[in-house]
Amino acid sequence: MGPALPLGLAYLAFFVAPLLMLVAVSFYADDKLTVLGFDNWRKFLFDSFHWKVVTDTLLLGLKAVCATVLLGLPLALVWRGASPFWQRVLLFVAVMPLLTSVVVRTFAWIVILGREGVVNQLVLGLGLAAEPLRLLQTELGLVISLTQIEMPLLLLPLLSVMARFDPNLLDASASLGASPWRTLFKVVLPLVAPGLAAGALLVFASATTAFISQSVIGGGRLVYLPSLVWQQAMINANWPFAAVVAIVLLVSVSAVIAVIALAGRIAGGRVHGAAA
Amino acid sequence: MARRRSAGEISYALIIGGLATLALVVLIGPVLVVLATSFTDSRSIRFPPQGFSFRWYLLLMDEVRSRFIHVAAGNTLQVAALSAGLATLGGTAAALALAEAKGRWARVADAFFMSPLVLPGLAFGLAALMYFTLLGFRPSLELLVCGHLIVVVPFVLRTVGASLSQRDPALLDASASLGASRLYTFRRVTLPLIAPGIAAGGFLAFMASVDQVPVSLFLSSARTDMLPIRMWGMMESTLDVRVAAVSGTLIFVAFVLMLVMERFTGLTKRMRG
Repeated sequence: MGPALPLGLAYLAFFVAPLLMLVAVSFYADDKLTVLGFDNWRKFLFDSFHWKVVTDTLLLGLKAVCATVLLGLPLALVWRGASPFWQRVLLFVAVMPLLTSVVVRTFAWIVILGREGVVNQLVLGLGLAAEPLRLLQTELGLVISLTQIEMPLLLLPLLSVMARFDPNLLDASASLGASPWRTLFKVVLPLVAPGLAAGALLVFASATTAFISQSVIGGGRLVYLPSLVWQQAMINANWPFAAVVAIVLLVSVSAVIAVIALAGRIAGGRVHGAAA
Repeated sequence: MARRRSAGEISYALIIGGLATLALVVLIGPVLVVLATSFTDSRSIRFPPQGFSFRWYLLLMDEVRSRFIHVAAGNTLQVAALSAGLATLGGTAAALALAEAKGRWARVADAFFMSPLVLPGLAFGLAALMYFTLLGFRPSLELLVCGHLIVVVPFVLRTVGASLSQRDPALLDASASLGASRLYTFRRVTLPLIAPGIAAGGFLAFMASVDQVPVSLFLSSARTDMLPIRMWGMMESTLDVRVAAVSGTLIFVAFVLMLVMERFTGLTKRMRG
């Protein structure tokens, strides 16, 4: 374990200690950090507005997960059947957005969804609407953007399980008379469930904490936990309350992630059990 | 003769094919739109862009008028180089230790080291700000390096761990039975085998640091400005068209770097792995 020591110490000093400090700060009652008390916890927990922000944030994460799965899973299925050359090309396309900054991807969606953006030019040009659609500063626009921004995180683990599974299973299923849909739901999905869960987990974690996308595309009227943390810490300079919100973000996101991870393990275990 | 396809097969091909095509458009489209927009000749961001010019790239290169962007980019590169370098050293050492240690504690340690990947970065960013401020530190690039180090280490651990698990144990036994010391075996057998994994991990860590938002959001200041935070400011206020030129530059650099890394380390395979 010796070689892990330097990194372990760095984690203690720059990761564990700050998080403990965050918990400590949340138990101060005033923003000068002089009086201890549960006041800020009470202020958060007994206000229905804050609970709405929590559910909105978690729901935003779940919507992003659903949208990325709806588009990413079919792409992964096509990838599995493609020739080695096209597999390389598709993998490159899937990874490319991950290496172009999140801020760049967010900016791209402003250009696309804006009043004079790509979507509105198309809709107005085709005569589908008389007025420009309002897409920026709506949750719909935000979910569309997050779908692209987060999709690579889903695709990478999903493609890695897709690559490993035995193509004979598909032929077997087809020759036994199953339709492609039945094969998808009865054979493919159970087999790729662990990869799907691993990807969903990363998408959820990233979408719920994507402060810049949330604030620039969602705008000021859509409030999620990250913008509440930012506002309380940097604008109101109320550190104890910001710490409370940050801990709620940490705990609620971790709880959902634990559930997704568990679901993936159960699905994975069922397949192995059936195979044995 | 082709057999007649059932309704199920046709609907499967149409729906899965259609959704996959949509996924491709959604993945690539925005990148192309940004590139096209960056060459606009107009003062506003609209699509399709009006005219073709390099004026926003020229303005971006202007030493005086774009100085704040240059400073932010310089800071970002410095922090990324340092944090990725430290993460590569510490992460590789830790991955080697974890690969040798078996059992429950190794799994716990691995989960602990990987946790910054899924933990809300924003909560950690705020925690780091409070911690360093209450300890009496002023904002500096060194603090940013410490914060970035934590969030980029998992990339190194994952790629190096994966290449270590693919290493054939028989090679180590062979080296030992021929009388090589552990250090010699490490230098001449293990290191060459995992070098592409280390390079890929270091590269991913570097890119993750360049792209880092949640920690920089709290730890950067007017003096230690970071590029993503500066770009956010430019988007929030007046939607400066230079954002498009900065974006175009970043896309181009990422594309070239990725092709190079793909050539030398098989990067995409490692990310998938």
